[in-house]
Amino acid sequence: MRRYYSVILLSLILFSRQDRLFGQDDLLDMLDKEPATEINYTTATFKSTRVLNGHSVERMPAGQLDVRISHRFGRVNSGAYEFFGLDQSNVHFGLEYGITDWLMIGLGRGTYEKTYDGFTKLTLLRQSAGAKVMPVSVSWVSSIAVNSLRWTDTTRTNYFSSRLSYSHQLLIARKFSPSFSFQLAPTFVHRNMVATEVDPNDIYALGAGGRLKLTKRISLNAEYYYIINPKDFMSSKIYNPLSVGFDIETGGHVFQLIFTNSRAMIEKGFIGETSGSWLKGDIHFGFNISRVFTLKK
Amino acid sequence: MKRATVIFAITFLFLAANAQKYMTRNGYIGFYSHTAVEDIKGDNNQVASILDISTGDIVFQVLVKSFHFDKALMEEHFNENYMESEKFPKSTFKGKITNLSSVDFSKPGKYDVTVEGDLNIHDVTNKVAAKGTIEVVTGGINANSKFNIVPEDYKINIPGVVRDNIAKNLEVAVTMKYTPVESK
Repeated sequence: MRRYYSVILLSLILFSRQDRLFGQDDLLDMLDKEPATEINYTTATFKSTRVLNGHSVERMPAGQLDVRISHRFGRVNSGAYEFFGLDQSNVHFGLEYGITDWLMIGLGRGTYEKTYDGFTKLTLLRQSAGAKVMPVSVSWVSSIAVNSLRWTDTTRTNYFSSRLSYSHQLLIARKFSPSFSFQLAPTFVHRNMVATEVDPNDIYALGAGGRLKLTKRISLNAEYYYIINPKDFMSSKIYNPLSVGFDIETGGHVFQLIFTNSRAMIEKGFIGETSGSWLKGDIHFGFNISRVFTLKK
Repeated sequence: MKRATVIFAITFLFLAANAQKYMTRNGYIGFYSHTAVEDIKGDNNQVASILDISTGDIVFQVLVKSFHFDKALMEEHFNENYMESEKFPKSTFKGKITNLSSVDFSKPGKYDVTVEGDLNIHDVTNKVAAKGTIEVVTGGINANSKFNIVPEDYKINIPGVVRDNIAKNLEVAVTMKYTPVESK
């Protein structure tokens, strides 16, 4: 009889162990132990398709239209007569659309040299964790700009091709934490025609941009392009563009408030034609407004 | 000795029968917000859940990033602004069917159940209770439920500018198709 008791006891011990093994928490653990089958893509490395002036690694998802209106005012050191630059306005309109989840295109028109511009941006890699680990996001953006100012010298033969300039950028970004993202942007700008013989047609630059989230909806952004070409022998003094600003996100809009030494809002303009110096106070206040519409679900 | 083996075997069978767990990795949880301004619908078809029919224990695990929306921007806002899914990647529920005795798992049919337990969303845990149905079918168990949650209860802050766009009370729908877990 005693033996039976011990068998029952043993069974009960087994039973209670079983019971303990599969409490609710253990059931959750069981779910946790399953291998990760999903790729967890990093989202919102930057809040907008622009860090400030330059492109960010972000692109519009398929079927989304981004309507962008950007302003850069005059220089803040122009004094009270110019209302610290606000009397002068320089605008850029853009319509940008995601064709697929990895390809977007954009068209724009800016006051600066009455320029029409277009670009395509390709998503090459997306930062991810989980089933596929990718440390960085990589995008490529190529743009073309057409200066439409009237020719100053109409007596010579002027070619349309002389109005064109191009830029190519490789954007490499990583979201290090939910609040901090950083991007490097090796950049090449080609101008078909330049002002004088000493000015290079090709400009090489390395851009760096970052985003630091201050609150859930506001981030501090900074962007700098180091121009690799020697700048001392060009016909006009140019500076490396430096921009500092805030992203403010309100539901469907992203507002970017910007302080920058560049007047232009396209690569060809702010890389290689930035004539303002932060140290002299040649700072332009400005903003970008981005409103996204869903055209196709 | 023979009798001992029989008792052991019976108890063991009893254990085996009682340790029946049902699982799914692609259950559905969706939520719906209706306001005069807009309707927002988030769908997640990658919900993992285990139902232990011996104890009535039921657990859910949801990857917040697996909720998908009609508009990409909604999805971004959901993850970035409301759920903070990088900080709190998972939502979980662990609870129990309180009226387990009214379900006959050996007989196909639909049974009304009440589930009570801890719902963790956005790193905030609340006790919740929901009504639903358990349907015993050949080869598995289907479970359905609809209940409401209030984002505020989970410290999900909805700022003034979009307050009119997001309902105070979200309707949550749960649809699970469980299959038995192979015993290990």
